[in-house]
Amino acid sequence: MAETNHNKTEERPNTLSKAPTGIEGLDEITAGGLPAGRPTLIAGSAGCGKTMLALEFLVRGATQFNEPGVFMMFEESAAELTDNVRSLGFDLDDLVARKLIALDHVHIERSEIEETGEYDLEGLFIRLGYAIDSIGAKRVVLDTIEALFAGLPNEAILRSELRRLFRWLKDRGITAVITGEKGDGTAITRHGLEEYVADCVIVLDQRVREQITTRRLRVLKYRGTAHGMNEYPFMIGKHGFSVLPVTSLQLDHKVSDHRVSTGISRLDEMLSGRGVFHGSSVLVSGSPGTGKSSIAAKFVETACRRGERAMFFAYEESVAQIVRNMRSIDIDLEPWIEKGLLEVHASRPTYLGHEQHLVMMHDLVRAFRPTVVAVDPISNLFMAHDDAEVKPTLMRLIDWLKTEHITAILTSLTSGGNAPSEPDDSQVSVSSLMDTWLLLRNSEIGGERNRTIFVRKSRGMAHSNQVREFVLSDNGIDLLDVHVGSDRVLTGSARMAQEAHERAASTLRGQDHERKLRRLASKRQAIEAQIAVLRAEAEADLVELDFIVAEQKLQDSIEHRDTGAVFRRRAGVAGTNGGGMEKP
Amino acid sequence: MNPVPQFQLRLYIAGHTAKSVAAFANLHRICETHLAGQYTIEVIDLRETPQLAAGDQILAIPTLVRCLPEPIKKIIGDLSNEARVLVGLDIKPVGHAMA
Repeated sequence: MAETNHNKTEERPNTLSKAPTGIEGLDEITAGGLPAGRPTLIAGSAGCGKTMLALEFLVRGATQFNEPGVFMMFEESAAELTDNVRSLGFDLDDLVARKLIALDHVHIERSEIEETGEYDLEGLFIRLGYAIDSIGAKRVVLDTIEALFAGLPNEAILRSELRRLFRWLKDRGITAVITGEKGDGTAITRHGLEEYVADCVIVLDQRVREQITTRRLRVLKYRGTAHGMNEYPFMIGKHGFSVLPVTSLQLDHKVSDHRVSTGISRLDEMLSGRGVFHGSSVLVSGSPGTGKSSIAAKFVETACRRGERAMFFAYEESVAQIVRNMRSIDIDLEPWIEKGLLEVHASRPTYLGHEQHLVMMHDLVRAFRPTVVAVDPISNLFMAHDDAEVKPTLMRLIDWLKTEHITAILTSLTSGGNAPSEPDDSQVSVSSLMDTWLLLRNSEIGGERNRTIFVRKSRGMAHSNQVREFVLSDNGIDLLDVHVGSDRVLTGSARMAQEAHERAASTLRGQDHERKLRRLASKRQAIEAQIAVLRAEAEADLVELDFIVAEQKLQDSIEHRDTGAVFRRRAGVAGTNGGGMEKP
Repeated sequence: MNPVPQFQLRLYIAGHTAKSVAAFANLHRICETHLAGQYTIEVIDLRETPQLAAGDQILAIPTLVRCLPEPIKKIIGDLSNEARVLVGLDIKPVGHAMA
């Protein structure tokens, strides 16, 4: 009936009116909240947070959305409930005094009750109606109405009265939340409450894996609206309920061209000179003692130096230990912590399930809004678990950090020792999520271990393919060129020895070379001297030749003249006596 | 013979419905039969005083509450089954009304 009414309503033709829960993540999954004016069923096994979820819905409705609410409880007393939720920062006494919340504890004792003849549950309706009217409630929680099944002998009457109750709530436009204990097998609730609450069903679940409990939430059904279909981990933390719906997000985060320095200038150099992309994720993997944490700490410290906020999640060391240890390599985190630019959160990985760690990180990051987040190491946090389950969790973290434009640096401990290929493999599933992957290795040469680093991948930028030696010292972190010999890479003392050796050899070679040069020079001088002599000789010859030529010319001309003269004279004489010679 | 304790009964109804009327009539008859002179009946109409419902943890209507003697007993329904009412109120039947 409500649906047909709704369809006829013209002011809101397509959108279902929603009552926002104000609970982190839940409004995202349900695209705005629970169906307004209709009942919602929250089902789950004991201790998985049904009451908390219902109560938070009510408290946030009253405090944030101006919708007062009635909490009708069938199990706990009002005093117990008030005490229980005080730890979450909800002061029910105050809310009750301000007429924002009304509490009614319905207690029913089977042993006190005798049944005879016909009855109905009008008393419950009257109580609820009275509570609703007394504060003008828009929301109602019935936690959990199933207790009536134990308290009242006649189930047929109870069922018909429940149906009437939900109809009555709908008619009054009350947004109701009904909790129900999970039934055996596939039943959603033990007494089939889902039969009456057809609009929205949320299932809470609690699983224990490897002694760690994870709570999950799923919207099983939500009539008339699109909703997230997956199971979402949730946590009941200091600020109440928190659901992490990250995988519902599309792969469409904005990317930045802005680069962020790693704080290690030579490492930046290897990443095309400018560091990693802002908002990208960096994986630093390596076997124990390769300096992963140091890189992460440096990255964080550099962000603080730029005046940005940074957050460091430590799962191996305490805060004090990190500060002390990093100081030994000239990374002082303490001033930044004091200034409030850096937050270091240290906790044991086994303290929570990995998904709850994620929720916790999510909450902390949201509260602090850093630009850089370091997780040291993710391997402790995630790798110990079943890999197939872990990857989506990690993906959620990375995706979420990317959408928030937070640069993430995640370290990962590789299981292997020195075998060059082995440590890489264990990271493959994770690495596909990462934009930049720095691989740290120990190389053992000449009786010592030395650290090397190289860029295994870095999306979207030219990056060095070289292996560098990675040096941690009192002066901080530095990268050195390794010695690339004929067929092996040398680091540490071996590199220094090799370099010294080569320096010596090159000195000798230099001297030899100079001697050769000198010898060649003198030889050349000698040749040049010879050339000079020959050239002088040649010049002398040339002069001689000129002389001879000139002499010949002169002679020729003289002879010619003489001949002419003789001829002319002969010709003159011939008239007298020459003719006699010509024609004798 | 021990002095019979005073019965203090309270009947919760919600408006003058058929069930309420039947319950009151049945109760009156049973009390007159078995508790003559030893009882008081207080009828509470929750339509008029809904705030009283929580005090005795009333859900079902009609509900008869035996306030005294202790312990508190509740009987829900229109009290049409006299034998069960007597059991519920812990009253020894007088005479052989049912026989």
